[in-house]
Amino acid sequence: MITSIRTIFKNEKVIPICSTILGILFIIAILAPWITPNDPVAVNLAYKLQPPSWNFPLGTDHLGRCNLSRILYGARISLGFAILIFISSLAIGLIIGTFSGYKGGWVDHVLMRFCDAVMAFPSLILVLGLVGIFGPGLSQVILALMLVQWVYYARMFRGMALSLKEQNFIPAAKISGSSQWKIIKNHIIPNVLPPLVVMGTLEMGWAIMDISAMSFLGLGVQSPTPEWGAMIHEGKSYIRTNPELMLYPGLSIMLVIVTFNLLGEALSERYGVKRRF
Amino acid sequence: MGTDKSKVLQVRDLHVQIKAKNGITTLVQDINFELKPGEILGLIGESGCGKTVTSMSILQLLNRKETTIEGSIMLKGQELNGLAEKEMRKIRGKDIAFIMQNPMNAFTPVFTIGHQFVETIRSHTSLNKKQATELAIESMKQVNLPDPGKLLKYYPFQLSGGMLQRVMIAIAASLHPAVIIADEPTTALDVNNQKNVLRHLDKIRSEYGSAILLISHDLGVVSEMADEVAVMQHGKIVEKAGVFQLFDSPKHEYTKKLLNARPTLYLEEPMTNLI
Amino acid sequence: MGNYILKRIMSIIPVFLLATLLTTGMVHLSSVDPAEAYLTAAHIQPTDEILAQKRHEFGLDQPFFIQYANSIMKICQLDFGISYVSNKPVWDEVIYRIPATIQLAIVSILIAVFVSVPLGFLAGVKKGSAIDHFSRLLSFFGASIPSFWLGYILVFFFSVKLNLFPVEGIGTWQHLVLPSITLALPLIAMYTRLLRASVLENLQQPYVLFARTRGLKEKTIMTKHVLRIAISPMITGLGMNLGKLLTGTIIVESVFSWPGFGRYFIEAIFNRDIPVIQCYVLIAASLFILSNLIVDIVQMYIDPRISRKEGQHR
Repeated sequence: MITSIRTIFKNEKVIPICSTILGILFIIAILAPWITPNDPVAVNLAYKLQPPSWNFPLGTDHLGRCNLSRILYGARISLGFAILIFISSLAIGLIIGTFSGYKGGWVDHVLMRFCDAVMAFPSLILVLGLVGIFGPGLSQVILALMLVQWVYYARMFRGMALSLKEQNFIPAAKISGSSQWKIIKNHIIPNVLPPLVVMGTLEMGWAIMDISAMSFLGLGVQSPTPEWGAMIHEGKSYIRTNPELMLYPGLSIMLVIVTFNLLGEALSERYGVKRRF
Repeated sequence: MGTDKSKVLQVRDLHVQIKAKNGITTLVQDINFELKPGEILGLIGESGCGKTVTSMSILQLLNRKETTIEGSIMLKGQELNGLAEKEMRKIRGKDIAFIMQNPMNAFTPVFTIGHQFVETIRSHTSLNKKQATELAIESMKQVNLPDPGKLLKYYPFQLSGGMLQRVMIAIAASLHPAVIIADEPTTALDVNNQKNVLRHLDKIRSEYGSAILLISHDLGVVSEMADEVAVMQHGKIVEKAGVFQLFDSPKHEYTKKLLNARPTLYLEEPMTNLI
Repeated sequence: MGNYILKRIMSIIPVFLLATLLTTGMVHLSSVDPAEAYLTAAHIQPTDEILAQKRHEFGLDQPFFIQYANSIMKICQLDFGISYVSNKPVWDEVIYRIPATIQLAIVSILIAVFVSVPLGFLAGVKKGSAIDHFSRLLSFFGASIPSFWLGYILVFFFSVKLNLFPVEGIGTWQHLVLPSITLALPLIAMYTRLLRASVLENLQQPYVLFARTRGLKEKTIMTKHVLRIAISPMITGLGMNLGKLLTGTIIVESVFSWPGFGRYFIEAIFNRDIPVIQCYVLIAASLFILSNLIVDIVQMYIDPRISRKEGQHR
């Protein structure tokens, strides 16, 4: 049985399966308001800490809120913000990275030293430091995560800008008459896409881990917003009586991160991309 | 058929197959040859013809899970094929020594060559560290390595290819093996070092009576050193004969092709024609 | 060899300067006015007059570079200011709490090393075996599981259900077990994987083949030759992953109410206690830099190629 689990890594099916799972999660996140059985923030102490039932498929928490609804909404929050952070840090990194690569010289040198310094730090500590400056709160956490993550993309895009500067196929394509757009489509994008996808997948997994860690610490999402990390934080007082309060959100976090990581690893093997450790 | 003591190594009907994802591939087949004490058998052929597989089968170092070895490999009357690993380990390095192609990679980078030399000696004998070191120094003197005591303290990356190759020969010879397998011993070296290496190998065979299986794709080396020559192609021996006979009148098409591929300089041509 | 060490130390200085620059700059970026915060913590009514006086005292009305130079000098004297919350010197508070964190960290590292070295090594040597599969599973899940959740799972099973260990707090060795395991797991995941990959790579190398042809015992080849070389990337990883350890302590200390530096940092963030935050970030940066340096030096001992490349003999 263990053998077959291992072979999953090398299996061609990993990528489609993980992508499907992620796709389902995203759909859940988008459709959350319509598919949840109850209002995730509706407090009703009369129903508190109930076991699973028709009304509350996963039971209720200490404030009588539906667990399942909160979990589903939590997907919305985690995935939603992960994408937000991904896109914004990607954009910032793209601009700064390609600029740095093309400019070269001391501008490039300084920027890259800066990125190295940031990358050497564990992201959480930097994020915490930034939150310390900005103050606790969800938007501050998101901002902090963005500010920390862009450097990874910047480095990547700068590397690409550098190698593209030296490649021959762009002048060659120009000579053979391809239009600018065609050059981008046929040459640049196929080179950019694989490492980008790999990095994005893994970074999103990290972002979710960081968001939930911050919320768990009480610094990110504030009550009553249903976020998985925050739910674990709230559930911890009930660990003896109702461990499921922290079990469900934890399992959800794990599911998402495991899927992202599996996908990222499978993709990096498939496309031969090196991951940052 | 009784064991013939005059032949130190006897390979009969060697057949090696490997299990791959898409089936079974034969690496070498119908390999037959023998080595007499003090004799040099040259094994020539292009890359991939099975020379290394043959030598690895003799040493029983092929991956047992993936490869099957059929046939008989007799060393001084003892059957090596299928021999228990524990027994085989005692034979490797002591009765059969191996000289690798690229001396720069062969040694473990983090230990001095002295350490590696002594550990080889001590894993086959009961000598203590001091005695083993003395033996090592003696051995190194035999291959004309200068200041052996000092050399032993160096790390492999600090020595040149030629010196490392000579150290390998010294290690190989130190325990007076019955057979030495030399896999392309001169390929990684410049001409001067090549001559030295061949000279030392020759000295070993005449002094200790070791038989040498000389694997090379360099025909010059083989023609100079070998008593008998076997030609391999696609995993089979296509011709086997005494060295003079093979080089003067090759019988097999492939042998002829190999010999003709050598560039020759015809000194009778006037130099002016080349301008 | 001393030359090499000196060179490394020199390259550290700019990084360190950058770190101090950033942390000093933090004060200006934050919306908290240090003078006001200080006065509030000291229960002094911040009238305009007193505020101006305090600001002058803190040097806040001077140009940035002078402030920066001042703080560098103070830092060299281990003066990180006064905590807004407790009104005591930050350094004293830190010193009070750091031993607990160090204890936790050391135990976790020991656990991580003692588990990952044999596991990673065996996984590489016996590729495809049950141990190999187990190690890869462990590596994968160890890296994917959020530490805070792992902590609670362990607490649930071992404290609540089995009653073997206390749920939180500090004091006996039993208190140390669950937090250090939680902290160690991500490290184990990483080191096992590193070592395994390194071992696999080394097994392909010619020197392993040569060692076999020399008739050395397989055990000797594996443990003395291969392990010694293969462990090198793992040691590098050890140093570089101090970051994971640091991050881990923050979370683990919160989960287990472990009274260490990490938990203090979180409290400071909640309380907007800027000097403490600065101090933490600075100490984290220094730790990094130091650990990388130490790792480099250790590497030099293990792999003689690094320092002695100059001494080629022909």
